[in-house]
Amino acid sequence: MKIMVAVKRVVDYAVKIRVKPDKTGVETHNVKMSMNPFCEIALEEALRIKESGLASEVVAVSMGPAQCVDTLRTGLAMGADRGIHVEATGALYPLSVAKLLKALVEVENPGLLILGKQAIDDDCNQTGQMVAGLLGWPQGTFASKVVLDKENQVATVDREVDGGLETLSLDLPAVITTDLRLNQPRYATLPNIMKAKSKVIKKLTPQELKVEIRSDLEVVQVTEPPKRKAGVIVSSVDELIDKLKNEAHVI
Amino acid sequence: MATRAMLRAFSKPTFPCRTSQYLSLASVSRSASTLVLAEHEAGSIRAPSVSAVVAANVLSKDNSISVLLGGSGPSLQEAATHAASCHPSVSQVLVADSDKFTHPLAEPWAKLVHLVQQRGDYSHIIAPSGSFGKNILPRAAALLDVSPITDVIEIAESDLFVRPIYAGNALCTVRYTGANPCMLTIRSTSFPVPPTLADSKSKEAPISQVDLSTFGEGNSRYINQTSQDTERPDLGNARIVITGGRGLKSAENFKMIEKLAEKLGAAVGATRAAVDAGFVPNDLQVGQTGKIVAPELYMAFGVSGAIQHLAGMRDSKVIVAVNKDADAPIFQVADYGLVGDLFEVIPELLEKVPERK
Repeated sequence: MKIMVAVKRVVDYAVKIRVKPDKTGVETHNVKMSMNPFCEIALEEALRIKESGLASEVVAVSMGPAQCVDTLRTGLAMGADRGIHVEATGALYPLSVAKLLKALVEVENPGLLILGKQAIDDDCNQTGQMVAGLLGWPQGTFASKVVLDKENQVATVDREVDGGLETLSLDLPAVITTDLRLNQPRYATLPNIMKAKSKVIKKLTPQELKVEIRSDLEVVQVTEPPKRKAGVIVSSVDELIDKLKNEAHVI
Repeated sequence: MATRAMLRAFSKPTFPCRTSQYLSLASVSRSASTLVLAEHEAGSIRAPSVSAVVAANVLSKDNSISVLLGGSGPSLQEAATHAASCHPSVSQVLVADSDKFTHPLAEPWAKLVHLVQQRGDYSHIIAPSGSFGKNILPRAAALLDVSPITDVIEIAESDLFVRPIYAGNALCTVRYTGANPCMLTIRSTSFPVPPTLADSKSKEAPISQVDLSTFGEGNSRYINQTSQDTERPDLGNARIVITGGRGLKSAENFKMIEKLAEKLGAAVGATRAAVDAGFVPNDLQVGQTGKIVAPELYMAFGVSGAIQHLAGMRDSKVIVAVNKDADAPIFQVADYGLVGDLFEVIPELLEKVPERK
């Protein structure tokens, strides 16, 4: 079985972002970019499945501008076998990404598609569900544990839901999106980074995949959230209780 | 658009309550008809779903709001009755009664939404952005070939929405320019349910069953669920939330947080560090990837205030931080900060805070 993993290049999670003065978006020029943390977890899970002998190949795919190749290269250094880059400029919303993924799935025929549960830039939490819907595959979102049964062609997935954990059984092929607690992604070692340079990254365009990139969303403006007014430092528990009682009236 | 309106005007309205919209074409383009995907539990609609009805009301004044429920058994019927009177603006309750919906699996639910949309031609479909809505709504949106909008915190116009991006460090205003339906998940803390609503049982909307005769089999199955039984209020709706971070050092120490929460009638939250260290279960995590809360009082103990945590609590009315590191970023958002050792502060608070009323 082949596993396909979708990875996204985003502003590094530790960066304090800046909104552009013209309100058209967030400054990404000269800002550290990395693989989306949830995508790292997705890739790690695929690699573990392969290492346990349940998958034969891990293909990492990414959509977006030329620099996505760097993100794919990181994925290859972690251990993915090869990469596919769908080069697309301009805004790509989850619906388009899901359609591109569906087209890639039809070419590659993976038995499992793993994605992160959300990208930390747009915070959409949509792509995995949408591609599952387009493919008619079952979905196991917000996964914190994945167990594959190759013989019966099912995946048992523990999901992080509002009230606790939920366990589902999915017929393969299926789409899984990863939550934070699924695993601890590995670091790429230097020899693997060197090896990754000779791995193949295939380049495709949306036209070649016969996917029309259109959008039914328009970003009107991006602004900074309202600032909270400065607080005070109190010196004792008594003062704190007094403030909460008599100033804020919350206890 | 004109053809669409014409088609709608001439098609036989499926639901009688929507006929008023066909009286004039001008009002068709202005008014909204909204489908709310609701979650129910123990015979009543969950609070975030009522928030989704509140949001539907913000969309348009003359909105015809249908609430969709799925499930089986007597608790579904009870929940339908509750849905019919949960908000005066609910004009219809649609019930999908089948054991396929006993558990909220995405596959049958997305198909159900697709089916109901084809029959009802709603202008908007809304769900609260909990794990239920986030799981189902995007899948249904893909089936309908439209872009959904996640975690809306403000509705400016019926097609203009504000949502946080980059862990709440920027607010993005988006316009939906696509075909019907416009699909949203809403952040329930941004659309609070007025407390007076509970007494207004004057109006009851009609309840009707969704015809499921064309419904096929699914390819996923529910196995089980492990949930935390707790006496404390629900994290998402609590008036006071008390959160512990890595500074608590152990699950044993975390009990101090629980004691304080009990005394104040508060819900307990945690940071990712506290969850990863095994102090508390994952469903208590507050932050970008956990729960989003906006209580009247948020008290953070031993929480440094990472970007990802702030994303989940920055809209709280009053924030209190107790940390021994005076430079911890949490103090930049705290209304009241106390620099000190939480192992001294919490016992003192336990002794001195007033008992909950």
